[in-house]
Amino acid sequence: MRSFDYVRARTPEEAVEAFAARPGARYLAGGTNLVDLMKLGVERPTALIDVSRLPLDRLEKLPDGGLRVGATVRNSDLAAHPLVRDRYPVLSQALLAGASGQLRNVATTGGNLLQRTRCGYFQDPGKPCNKREPGSGCGALKGVHRDHAVLGHSPHCVATHPSDMAVALTALDARVELYGPEGARTVDLTDFHRLPENHPERDTELRPGELITGVLLPAALAGAPSAYRKARDRASYAFALASAAVVLRVADGMVTQVGLAFGGLAHRPWRARVAEAAVLGEAATPAVFAGAVDLELAAARPLPDNAYKVPLARNLALDVLTRLAPAPASL
Amino acid sequence: MARTAALGAPAERREGLEKVTGTARYAAEHPLPGRVHARAVPACVARGRITGMDTGPARAVPGVLTVLTHENAPRLAEPEDATLALLQDSEVPHRGWCVALVVAETPEAARAAAAAVRITYDTADHDVVLTPGHPSTHEPEEANGGQPTRCRRGDPESAFAAAPVRVDVTYRTPPLHNHPMEPHASTAHWDRGRLTVHTSSQGTGDVRRVLAGLFALPVDRITVRAEHVGGGFGSKGSPRPDVVLAAMAARYTGRPVTLAYPRRHLPTVVGHRAPTLSRLRLGATADGRLTALLHDVTTHTSPVRSFVEVAGTTSGVMYATPNLSFVHHVVPLDVPSPSWMRAPGEATGMYALESAMDELAGELGMDPVELRIRNEPDREPAGGLPFSSRHLVECLREGARRFGWPRGARRAEGPLLIGTGVAAATYPVMVSPCTATAEARPDGTYLIRVNASDIGTGARTVLAQIAADALGTPLDRVRTEIGDSDLPEAPVAGGSSGTASWGWAVHEACARLLDRLAGHTGPLPERGIGVRADTSGRADAGSTHARHAFGAHFAEVAVDTVTGEVRVRRLLGVYAAGHILNSRTARSQFVGGMTMGLGMALTEGSTVDAAFGDFAEADLASYHIPVHADVPDIEAHWIDEDDPYLNPMGSKGIGEIGVVGTPAAIGNAVHHATGARLRTLPLTPDRVLTALTER
Repeated sequence: MRSFDYVRARTPEEAVEAFAARPGARYLAGGTNLVDLMKLGVERPTALIDVSRLPLDRLEKLPDGGLRVGATVRNSDLAAHPLVRDRYPVLSQALLAGASGQLRNVATTGGNLLQRTRCGYFQDPGKPCNKREPGSGCGALKGVHRDHAVLGHSPHCVATHPSDMAVALTALDARVELYGPEGARTVDLTDFHRLPENHPERDTELRPGELITGVLLPAALAGAPSAYRKARDRASYAFALASAAVVLRVADGMVTQVGLAFGGLAHRPWRARVAEAAVLGEAATPAVFAGAVDLELAAARPLPDNAYKVPLARNLALDVLTRLAPAPASL
Repeated sequence: MARTAALGAPAERREGLEKVTGTARYAAEHPLPGRVHARAVPACVARGRITGMDTGPARAVPGVLTVLTHENAPRLAEPEDATLALLQDSEVPHRGWCVALVVAETPEAARAAAAAVRITYDTADHDVVLTPGHPSTHEPEEANGGQPTRCRRGDPESAFAAAPVRVDVTYRTPPLHNHPMEPHASTAHWDRGRLTVHTSSQGTGDVRRVLAGLFALPVDRITVRAEHVGGGFGSKGSPRPDVVLAAMAARYTGRPVTLAYPRRHLPTVVGHRAPTLSRLRLGATADGRLTALLHDVTTHTSPVRSFVEVAGTTSGVMYATPNLSFVHHVVPLDVPSPSWMRAPGEATGMYALESAMDELAGELGMDPVELRIRNEPDREPAGGLPFSSRHLVECLREGARRFGWPRGARRAEGPLLIGTGVAAATYPVMVSPCTATAEARPDGTYLIRVNASDIGTGARTVLAQIAADALGTPLDRVRTEIGDSDLPEAPVAGGSSGTASWGWAVHEACARLLDRLAGHTGPLPERGIGVRADTSGRADAGSTHARHAFGAHFAEVAVDTVTGEVRVRRLLGVYAAGHILNSRTARSQFVGGMTMGLGMALTEGSTVDAAFGDFAEADLASYHIPVHADVPDIEAHWIDEDDPYLNPMGSKGIGEIGVVGTPAAIGNAVHHATGARLRTLPLTPDRVLTALTER
């Protein structure tokens, strides 16, 4: 049996220290992904630092009206929290669109952000994968890639990020609180996950030993109309073929605030900056939305078997944008 | 015939409490003293030959007893089924083929050691993709179960060419996986030259026979038990590698050995439903009478063992036509060996035929229910025999009444398009010889012994009902012993024939017992009075009639034009399958079959990985069996038939027909909703959205 140490941390400081003391360690929270990967032989940690009992399981209202979500808040609890449902409905909807009830009961906020791609080549140590084994090649590129990326991929990796929650958080301009050997820092979620480029083995900008301690939701978007929509192969327990998270404020028919992110299209939740810029300050009309989304998706480079994702993502985004935009005032 | 309240009653499963409380023991749950665990090492190349093995690192893992390879594994006699010639040579016929077996004290150690086995291969080019016109396409000598590969009546090509109304279409189905809830597993134990095996199997008699051959043992030195089986859907209908490897490892190590396949190993090891290409040519008169029906099937098989999915055969059963042809072709590819999966051939072939019939109805401007009724035959078109009973028309009419048919025009609910569809279903009546004993005990109870297999169907329960009915005694007086090869010999739970085969022998044993008891005076002796029945020569006798079950399926779907997602709103099936022996478990079988058909229509599909040679979907997160949220309002109804040409219970098989018509009914509903005809399953959002765009 492949043995490993197990350490239960009581504080973030203790966790970071334990991690630093054990080369090859991994943080363990809900374990819904890490434990599977250990069984598959994809992850072979020498030690698990259990952070699931850290005192990070609270949601707090921040003085400025924002919300701080502790890293170990369970997906089910986060989805059901009245403040989330009232102020950030897109987040609640995205969480409930993901995984299954049983998984959501165990999976944590921090762990959800750090889950690995479900690319079949990544999960099979018998096949090449640059993310699992840098330099071994990308199996999906020449193999089966219907579920893979159409945006931001590289010749080294065409995997997608599997999270629904992260797509909503991206549209919400969330920030991630980190704590590590060099202290605490905060990064924008939009910049947290990486594109594969030449280093697909690196999913995020997390530094060695760094731990996610929380997620900050900005006051500026609290209460803004928002929604999430996901397309999938079956009605539950399936990853997104594509998804769209939208936050949209409209005043006098003009877009005053917008956040748009796509899931299932890229190595990270895809922040649609181009489309956002094209609608901000413009009339909230289907034509404007369509033009903006097309501009964003013009960058798509589908693989032979996943061209469908482009029109699918377009439809999803337009559907949600149009739904959130108030009907034009009748004259 | 006289019947008590027992037969047909909704009796509850006898082992239900054990199952839901977790006390029912499955094949891997026999922790015999000293039991160890085996883990197979799958080949990581699509074709080739092993050139080197380094098992040192694996053997160095603490807790490892041994690593078996083709170099040191016990020699087996050559099996009939070459997929069981395990660790006998260095050839790798397909990716996932077992190339080594680790035996260790714990499953965790076995898993770690399996990953540590180092193998080098001399790889060869592989070819795994079924394409129309593949150069290796040929007509096999026989198809699944020795069935004929072709049938020809009249002059179908000329009749088709001359037909006023024609449909010429090709339908495709992907590989599908059985994925029973309980993965294949076996626990084997040798004791002084005797082999005892607990295995997850649909028929322990066959397992015993095959093991006896492989290990050159008389069958009476082998006992194979399968008390509870967590589903099989055909994939446990013959011994799979788990039982052979467990027995081999147990013999080699002298310890009881359990091999429980992890889910990810199943697709390449236990068989799959082979992909099919079905070309259908239908010719008809303007008033909707078929003048020609041609069904050409192409499927794949492996070089290890030939299996031909008989997707064309049902086209010779359904509709009256003077000119008929079906023919099967097969392409041997470097793929894992296909095998049976619930309604093998019927499900794939009827998807094609019943979709083509819908297209023909469209060409004719005719209601699809009416088109089927108009082509009702008075004899089986392929064989020419009269039907023992056939109530397809009644099923269609009853289904139409319950479902609400004729349907209206398609309608829209915002971005959703709502449509309905219909398809017919059929499944052959099969029955095999069987033996059983019945015993009257002095305490007033009865003991029925027969080596039936309850794979979740409720066999244990329905056999008790058959016995209680035949004996004229309350159900709770009857005890049944099944799932053990030491019991009276019985055939496999397959081909929807289990209940008919076992029940016939049970019924006959009970009838004989009553005769014996009628001649007995005074109290019963301590050891009771027992009799034996054997239906050989009668159960397998040819029939003067064509015997098939029939059914009609209706579906309502909503197609989302934003995403291409198809969700079923209603499914309704009406069946004519003889006398229904347990209304509760029968309903469960019908509904379960329809759910599997829903999966085949919408969510389940396996992708052959052209680059690597195996299937891309290796777990239940990626191979999408329907979840509860996919399964809506499903109704199953039946028309009770009185058919004297079947068996003493008057029953037809019900385990598979529910799958048969469901995919076409759903596909036809998608066409009704959208106007788009998709001819490749499953109807996933990518395909549907593309079709909506091209509409």
